[in-house]
Amino acid sequence: MTLFKRWLPHPLLAIALTVFWLLLNSRFSLGDLVLGALLGLIIPILTSNFWPQRPNVRSYRHVVIYVLMVAWDIVMANILVAKLILFRPVSQLKTRWVSLPLELKSPEAITLLAGTITLTPGTVSSDISADGQSLLIHCLDAEDAEVAVRHMKNRYEARLKEIFT
Amino acid sequence: MDFIFELLIAIHIIIGGIFILVGSFGMLKLPDLMSRLHAPTKATTLGVGGALMASMIFFFYRNQTIFVHEVLITLFLFLTAPVTAHFIAKAHLHLNRDQKSTLPSTNRPKGWSTFDAAGGD
Repeated sequence: MTLFKRWLPHPLLAIALTVFWLLLNSRFSLGDLVLGALLGLIIPILTSNFWPQRPNVRSYRHVVIYVLMVAWDIVMANILVAKLILFRPVSQLKTRWVSLPLELKSPEAITLLAGTITLTPGTVSSDISADGQSLLIHCLDAEDAEVAVRHMKNRYEARLKEIFT
Repeated sequence: MDFIFELLIAIHIIIGGIFILVGSFGMLKLPDLMSRLHAPTKATTLGVGGALMASMIFFFYRNQTIFVHEVLITLFLFLTAPVTAHFIAKAHLHLNRDQKSTLPSTNRPKGWSTFDAAGGD
């Protein structure tokens, strides 16, 4: 088991890297498969020091639902931000910092949450508290900090809590 | 080329173009760095997305194959955009350390990591 972990620290990452390599070379060939598999083996080993633990994903069905939901949110919120930029005078934008208390513990989950918050328009995650339990988020237009935080917690963090144990 | 394909491609290019234009306009209009950061990280995701969709439809029509390169570009963009935005925001906080008092509290014993580096744990 330890030998397995040493040579294959992230099996899923290895598979993903191989698949990406094949997709990049739009035509399939055996040589590419070998090279891709080699890259898939070497890169996780070289980077394992930066990523010592494996993420614990409980349900991949939830991952798919989450990705689709975020994609939809990105489209909707893009339209919202476009409207803000075009039609709202700068003086009426309620720009503010908010602090989001985290319930997530695993670094992978927190990274995903921060990335989601940045990708969905109107919010950029900017910093994390020194003990890793709060996120600092900049909102382009938030009437009420409480409401914005509750929205992000209910919509994204609650779902991520179901995905990661 | 079939009219319907031309129409689909045109619609996607126009949508993408509009969002990129709005994003650039936001850079001009918004007053400070942090709010300007919202414009490119957002409007461009859909802007570039529209152009990539158009490209996918075009190649699907011409070669009758689905090209996954566009999907990969989207994926890489979505992986890198938050990281860049985070770097810029972080650099902004480091450069304006006097801003510390305007930030909300962490509601924890420790402050934000930019100002209050983790000691020990």
